This record gives sequence, C-alpha cells and structure tokens, in this order.
Amino acid sequence: MAVQYGGRPAQGARWRLSWNDRNVRAIVYQALALLAVLAGVWYFIDNTLDNLARLGLASGFGFMDREAAFPIGESLIDYTPADTYARALLVGIVNTLYVSAIGILLATVAGTIIGIARLSQNWLIAKLASVYVELMRNTPLLLQLFFWYMIFLELLPGARQALQPIPDVFLSNRGMRFPVPVAAQGWTLLLAGAVLGLVATMVTANWARRRQEATGQQFPIAWTGLGLIVGLGALGWLVGGAPTALDRPVMRGFNFAGGVEVSPEFVALLLGLVTYTAAFIAEIVRGGILAISQGQTEAAYALGLRRGMVLRLVILPQALRVIIPPMTSQYLNLTKNSSLAVAIGFPDLVHLANTAINQTGQAIEGIAIIMAVYLTISLSISLFMNWYNRRVALVER
Amino acid sequence: MAEIAHGGPAATPMRPPAIEIGVAGWVRKNLFNGVWNSLLTIVAGYVLLTTVPGLLDWAIFRAVWSADTSAPCKVEGAGACWAFIADKHRLIFFGTYPYVEQWRPLLATGILLVLIVGSCDRRFWNRSLMIYWAVGLVLVAVLMWGGVFGLTYVSNLDWGGLPLTLIMAVVGCVFAFPIGLVLALGRRSHMPIIRWLSVSYIELIRGVPLITVLITASVIFPLFLPAGVSIDKLLRAQVGLILFEAAYIAEIVRGGLQAVPRGQHEAADSLGLSFFQKQRKIVLPQALRMVIPPLVGNFIGLFKSTTLVIVIGLFDLLNSAKAALTDLNWRGFSIELYIFTAAIYFIFCYSMSKYSQALERDLNKGTRR
Repeated sequence: MAVQYGGRPAQGARWRLSWNDRNVRAIVYQALALLAVLAGVWYFIDNTLDNLARLGLASGFGFMDREAAFPIGESLIDYTPADTYARALLVGIVNTLYVSAIGILLATVAGTIIGIARLSQNWLIAKLASVYVELMRNTPLLLQLFFWYMIFLELLPGARQALQPIPDVFLSNRGMRFPVPVAAQGWTLLLAGAVLGLVATMVTANWARRRQEATGQQFPIAWTGLGLIVGLGALGWLVGGAPTALDRPVMRGFNFAGGVEVSPEFVALLLGLVTYTAAFIAEIVRGGILAISQGQTEAAYALGLRRGMVLRLVILPQALRVIIPPMTSQYLNLTKNSSLAVAIGFPDLVHLANTAINQTGQAIEGIAIIMAVYLTISLSISLFMNWYNRRVALVER
Repeated sequence: MAEIAHGGPAATPMRPPAIEIGVAGWVRKNLFNGVWNSLLTIVAGYVLLTTVPGLLDWAIFRAVWSADTSAPCKVEGAGACWAFIADKHRLIFFGTYPYVEQWRPLLATGILLVLIVGSCDRRFWNRSLMIYWAVGLVLVAVLMWGGVFGLTYVSNLDWGGLPLTLIMAVVGCVFAFPIGLVLALGRRSHMPIIRWLSVSYIELIRGVPLITVLITASVIFPLFLPAGVSIDKLLRAQVGLILFEAAYIAEIVRGGLQAVPRGQHEAADSLGLSFFQKQRKIVLPQALRMVIPPLVGNFIGLFKSTTLVIVIGLFDLLNSAKAALTDLNWRGFSIELYIFTAAIYFIFCYSMSKYSQALERDLNKGTRR
C-alpha cells in the first residue's frame, strides 16, 4: 500500500498477519471483491454458453464477412445489399460520426449565440432566449425528434408542391434538396488556394507573435489572414476558369433530379440534436461568461484595451477554462444521443447493428461492436478536449 | 438630505426627466438603448407580432375543444383539435392498463406525486421519510399489480402511460442511489483493485448511450440467466435503467466526496473512527448535502430518458401517446398530441429544475459570503 499511517514505521517493520493490520484487511477485501466479480462474470458466461448451445445460436464474429442483404437508405460510402455486415456496420459508424460532427459544430455556434443572447441588455432578446432554453431543456429529446420528423412527414407537401424557402432550396416530405456547384477545376483550385492561405496565415501569425514578444510591435494578423485565405482562394477560382455552374434541383416527373438531397430522417435528427444540445451549451456559455468577475473587464478597460481586445485577450481565455469541461460532456452527450436515430429510422450505427442482430441473432457480438465504437468515440473526444483544456488551463506554480 | 448639503441654499430635488423613469424609461433602458439593440427589438418584435397571434388563434380561439368525431376538426379554418386529446386522454395517461381498473394507476400516480412533492420540503428530511417512501412504494406496487385484497391481477406488461414513466424514474433513482454511492466510495478507495473495478464500471457505462444499455437489457439479459428462469421486459428495462443511472450518480457523489476538506477525514481518523463510522457520521453527511441539487438535475435527466424504453417496446407516457395516433378516426392531429405530451413533461421537469435552483440557493446560504 502506498498510503502510510502515522505512528507505524513503514520500512523494516515486522509484517504481522493480523486482522488488526490495515493492509491485511485491504488485501482480504480486495481479494473478496475480485472473487465476487469473477464469480458473477463466470456465472453469467456459463449461463450464456448454455443458452447459446440450447438455442442453437452461433457465436463469434464470423457473420461480419457474410452478405448483409439489407438496403440502407443513405450512406456516405458505397454500399449495396450484396456487401458484408462489416461494410454495413462501417456505413453506420460513418453516418454516426457524420451527424455527430455536423451536430457538434452547429450546436456550438447556435448555443454560443443563444447563451450570449440570454445575457443581452435587450429585455426582449434575453427573455426569448430564456424561453427557448427552458422549453428545450425540459422536454425529452426523443419527443422533440418525433416532433421534427412528424413535421417533415405530415406537414410538408409532396415533392410536386415542395416549399421553396430560399430559391433553389426545396423542402418536401422526401427531405431537403439544395443546389451544389458542379465539380470543376476552379472549385478544386479555390479549395487549394484557401488551404495555402491558411498555411501562410499560420506561418505569419507565428512570426508576428515572436516579433511582438521581441519588439512590442503589433501586426494586423486578423486582416492579413483573412486577405490571404480569401485572396488566394479567389485567385485559384479565377485561374481555374471562374466556374459558376450550379447543379440545381429540377422537377422531373414525380420527383426532383439534380442537386443534393438529404433525407427527412437526417434533417429531423440533426435539427433535434442541434436545437436540444444548443440549449445546454447556451447555459454553459452563459455560466462561463458570468463566472468572470466584472473587475477583470474594468481592469482591461483601464489598461486602455479596446472592446474587441478585452473580449479576446481577457474575457474569453478565462471563460473558456470554465466552459470547456462541461462543453466536453455536452459533445459526448450529443454523440451518444445520436443513437436515438434508431427511433426515427436514420441508419446510424445502433440502427444498423440492431438490424444485424435481428437478422443473425448474434446479439452479444452486435452490442459488443456498438459499445466498442462508442467507447472509442467517447475516449477520443475526451482525449482531444482534455488536450485542448490543458492548453487553455491556467498555468499555476 | 438638504441638512447635510454644505453651504449654499438647499437644493430643491429635481424630478428625473420623464424619459428615464416609468414605462417609457424602462422601455428605453431595456429595449432601445442604442442602435443595435433597437434594431434587435424591432426585428424580434416583428417576428413575434407575425407569429404569436396566429398561434394563439390556432391553439385557443379557433380550437375544437370537444367533439365525438374528428369531423368538426376537419372543417376548413378549424384550429387545434384538443377534442382528440380529450377523447384519448385515458389511453395517453394509462396506456393499455385495463380500462375499468384505471383508478388504480391514477391513485398510484397520486401517491408517487405526493411522495415526490413531500420529499421536496426540507421539514420532512428525516428518518421517517424513508419509511413513508417504503410504504408508498409498496402501496403503488399493490395498486398496480393487484392480485391481493380483491384487486384483479394486472400483468406489468399492461402497465403504461404516466404511472409507468413515474415508476421507472422513481424506482430507477431509488435503487441506483445506493449502488452509485458504493461505486463513488470505491472510486476513491485506497485499494487499487476496488478502485480499478469501480472506475471500469463507471467509465464503461458513461461511455455508451442509454439505448445500448436498454438493448443489452432486452436481448442479452435473458441469455445471462439459467434456462427456465426469465424476467419480463419491464423488469429488464428497469434493471438496465438502474445500472445506467448508478454510474452517473456515482460521478455526482464523487464530486461531493472530493469537496469534503481533507481535514475532516484526518479529524475523523484521529478520533479513531472506523472507515464506515467515518463515512456515515462525518464525510457523507457533508458530501451528500452538497450534491443534492445536481442529483435533482440528474433525476430530471432520468425522467426524460425513460422515454427511450420506447425502443424496446414498452408503453411509457410518450409511447402511449403515440399509440393514440394509430386510431384511424383521428388522423392528422399529431401536433396537438406532441404539444400536449411535451407540456406534461415540461411541467414535471421545469418545476423540478426550479426547485433544484431554489434548493441550491437555500443550501448555500450558510456558506455564502
């Protein structure tokens, strides 16, 4: 035992085999606990093996190589029913990650705006934000998902009478359809230019920081960066022939052709996850900002900093420290909540694994896969956020 | 204040300008202080003015409050069809529980509500509260199951609606708490194996979604049991909820344990208290007091999470409500139904969250500077 108790010499003391010795008791307790857990696990495994043999169920991951033979509504990677179960589950993992990643991004933006709105001096805006937060936080997410999904299925018209809130964006009970640029060299070059600009900005920022530390001279890095990214991107676009062609959705017969379509399930799931999580993030952001004492702001103004600099140099770095740990758990929650997709039929990992379980009867393997994937995702998000948290954490002596 | 003015004639108090007091002052200060805020007010006000009257018109003024068929709701220009809810309220509240026996779940719900509301009052926070809860839960079980005192037996596969939601949340919390407490103590133990076992359990459960735990409970638990022994779907879901909840409660309690100053432990040790005496008399009373508000928050989460049992086919409040949608005579009133169901959840969760905030302020009174 690492812990030492006062009064007893730790080194070289005679080791008494007595129930009065704390360390002896600790070993006995631990042995008993381990034994109890192992006995329980052994009992369950034994029963399970018996039951599997009795029911004639197969075990092992052999089914992963067999043909899945079920279609999947939407997939980011190529998939046909002739593919294997492994591929079908991979589709699920990709879909889960996809919806979670977009959800986290949008929820962070929306939540931050709503959180700041709750602190607004404008009474109307602050009240509206509060009502939103209370409504969202105090009703079950599943109910909200059903609600959004129902709006798509029952209230939106069919494809022929699709709503058009923005030109060329169509909403119907088949989902949402919007135009995308036709693939052309110009778009590739635009992306390449923007990436180049980003790299150049990072290099310049590094140089500017070192120069400021050495000489105290400042460099307008924000504007330079913006100029580099936008400018180089635009240059690439122009060099590539300035393509403007859009692949627009057009009505053909009973459905649309062209553009990109996202299913009602996907939109409902994303909308539900974002609006729900945004309410929680709003509270975190609000709490983080309120946690910074007024004196910090006043001191920063007294130093002669401008409003933007006060926010960027004084408030945000401190607020982030308070915000990041609870934000991490919200990101994890959103990812885990994306499994509710199974209730509205979006093919996420849980949905597809569930289908695989129903078809093969191999529940244990199916659930083991789901759990392993979620644990990996949870662990990765935690590790990343912990790393980021360490970066912004207060450096103490 | 004229007496303390130095020199000169006493200043006559001047009224502030009319624009800075009263309604006008309030509006100016809170809605129109600056260009940006005025713009926001105008945009938000415009949006509200264009949507709220229409919504009120739909939900109240043009709504159909009672009707035997859906015909009056389908008339052109009719608003919300609350008659649908009125017609289906028994199904929504009690699910598939036998119709003539539905006074029993109603009474059970009443008992649970009295217990929950009563427990919120700090005057009742003593040993006898546990006895009330034990008696109350037994009463609820007797009422719901029946089979004694001349009550007909109702299988728990027929339970549904609000009582089922409340029972799952309450029983889940009551049974998960002791497990969570043990796990939290285990995680802070000096014994490496105990600590390691607790950490693995807590992190495993917290890393996976509730749905997987429920699916596990529904398809894998039966495999764990010896042949011939089977427990029904509701009990399996309940066990799943308890095991899931325990991990979260453990983390909350751990937060409280960590906040108890080290000196308290050392003082208890120096008095020669044993581990359990120390925890029971010194550490836990302080730690648990601190974690009551987050525990209430956690209970709200559990209350909302019980809706997930829909995935394994149980008829909780949400699923019973959805069952009402399948009636062919009342098609197309999903919005009314979801709004009504959401309102029930909202009333429960909102009052609990307000209570938790008030409690937090109250408990902090002694330590706040």
